[in-house]
Amino acid sequence: MLRYVVRRLLTLVGIVIVISVGSFYLIHLLPGNPATVILGTGDSPANRALLYKQLGLNRSLVAQYVIWMGNVLHGNLGVSFISQTSVASTIRAALPIDVELIVLSQILAFAFAVPLAMRSARHPDGLVDRLLSAGSFTLLSIPPFIVIVLLVLVVSIKLGVANTGPSSYVSLATDWVANLESLSLPAFTLALGSFVLYFRVLRSDLIATLQEEFITMARSKGISHRRIMWRHALRPSSVALLGTAGVNIGGLLAGGFVVEYLLAIPGLGYTLISAIASSDYLLVQGIVLVVSVGVVLVNFLFDFAINLIDPRISRE
Amino acid sequence: MSSATSARVDEVDEASPDEARAALGPLFWVCVAWLALNVFGAVFANVLPLDNPLYQNYSLVNAAPSLHHWFGTDDLGRDIFSRVVFGSRVSLAVGAGSMLIGFGIGAPLGMLAAYRRGRLDALLTAVMYVALAFPAIVAVIAVLSFWTPRTLLKIILVIGLASVPLVYRVIRAATMSVATRDFVIAAKVQGATDRRILVHELTPNVAPIAVSFLLIGVATVVALEGALAFLGLSVNPPTPSWGNMINEARTVMSQNPWLVLFNPPTPSWGNMINEARTVMSQNPWLVLFPSLAMCLLLLALNFVGDRLRHHFDVAQVKL
Repeated sequence: MLRYVVRRLLTLVGIVIVISVGSFYLIHLLPGNPATVILGTGDSPANRALLYKQLGLNRSLVAQYVIWMGNVLHGNLGVSFISQTSVASTIRAALPIDVELIVLSQILAFAFAVPLAMRSARHPDGLVDRLLSAGSFTLLSIPPFIVIVLLVLVVSIKLGVANTGPSSYVSLATDWVANLESLSLPAFTLALGSFVLYFRVLRSDLIATLQEEFITMARSKGISHRRIMWRHALRPSSVALLGTAGVNIGGLLAGGFVVEYLLAIPGLGYTLISAIASSDYLLVQGIVLVVSVGVVLVNFLFDFAINLIDPRISRE
Repeated sequence: MSSATSARVDEVDEASPDEARAALGPLFWVCVAWLALNVFGAVFANVLPLDNPLYQNYSLVNAAPSLHHWFGTDDLGRDIFSRVVFGSRVSLAVGAGSMLIGFGIGAPLGMLAAYRRGRLDALLTAVMYVALAFPAIVAVIAVLSFWTPRTLLKIILVIGLASVPLVYRVIRAATMSVATRDFVIAAKVQGATDRRILVHELTPNVAPIAVSFLLIGVATVVALEGALAFLGLSVNPPTPSWGNMINEARTVMSQNPWLVLFNPPTPSWGNMINEARTVMSQNPWLVLFPSLAMCLLLLALNFVGDRLRHHFDVAQVKL
């Protein structure tokens, strides 16, 4: 177990280094002199000198990377010349909103996926199973940005439900009920995509597990169906589910961009798209770095959780 | 070869005759026909008797669907049906183009790695493993936001390259399951060259898996391009107010189809949905039809891909 964790940690460090090199190099993709583009409207001799010092732009690429990485490791992602604020503090303000959105969506997704997958797996190819499978397959083909647009069209425009339309975000500190209302449509949208994935993965694994001998054994002892499902079948069936969840939650960090953009919820996604629109490249670079590292960390944590559920994996 | 593997190989061989395969069913052919219709519409959009997708009729804005305008008109009086047909060009071009790049690079590498094994395989797989850990969507958004101006070719290139590790993994796994089977070993014993084995023995057996995965891959890319366009990160269509540009785009459209690839005159579906969201309350048709077109295309692609996968009895591979 320990050897496995150490090996995974080393891989993690390697991947984070690759990500940092990629994020660092982004500004050199900009057409023309990066300093001119980054400074944008904030171009003045003083700012230019500051930026050159901050990024080491007149040095070699390797030296630039070392300077940039040194700053990043001290939590300094630079100061945006467009908004005159530090990139790190902008990200710190936006990140909790994404976390809240993802937590809400995952609670919803699991609350529906687990019981419905159990119901489906009880009679594979039965009427309920076929309806749920066909329904989930159809949902798989509706991209989140269409789901959120249609939801806004129906719920907030046609039905006129308060606090659900674009630009109606209320922060958690202000009013938690209004906050939940304003996050309900995006959370539902993200939950729908996750639900479809989890349902399909858990259903097929449960069907396989229910054919194992220890389930027959439990049945012959007269244990109730509900207890067999929750106590005997769920754990061995959830390895693939957790793996899927890890990859999916990582993807949600990025996928949340779309729902946040439509409703102007000031999370990382909305901040990123606005930063791209206002050519605030240092902010874009900072968000890309934070989100990428976040995704990799989430994947790592879920790999770890899978090991706790099924310790055989780390021994392979 | 151990006895356990040869027993499994026998099972596979017995299960593969045609009558044992899952039936494709009528819905499969409906979906294939729908895909064919989409491709036909995209290719021949400027030959078909469609309204000019850029012509603005100010006396008929936000009209509901009618016989003249099947899907109604948008907030500038443009025909929505014609715009949806033209809009499929960007979606399909990005879907097909980037999968061409992804499979063009990923599939040969995956087959080679699975067949040769050894150091080449170890190295390639390690590189692809690291690339897979990198969140592809973030990478695509990051590169596209810095690498301006965005053209269709850049988008195809970026998404195509981002898909290489995934294609590599699927094709490598598929090749591995074929490479250990008896007929490959027989070919080796007969002294066939590596090249002959790869092309004549392995490729025909990996191809069905590749095709089903390709279709699901196209669906994923079409959805991704839709999301990018929705965020304003795809190709930027000419703004309607620049009358001259539209005229130019129109002549370009009918004369040089290649130039259209670099700067398409009509927005993609994702872009149309993005533009429509501001006038959603007055004109819901403007959102509904491009959304419907995209969902139906994705559904058909996923369904055909899924059915083919079952038909050829391929183990579940996730995209």
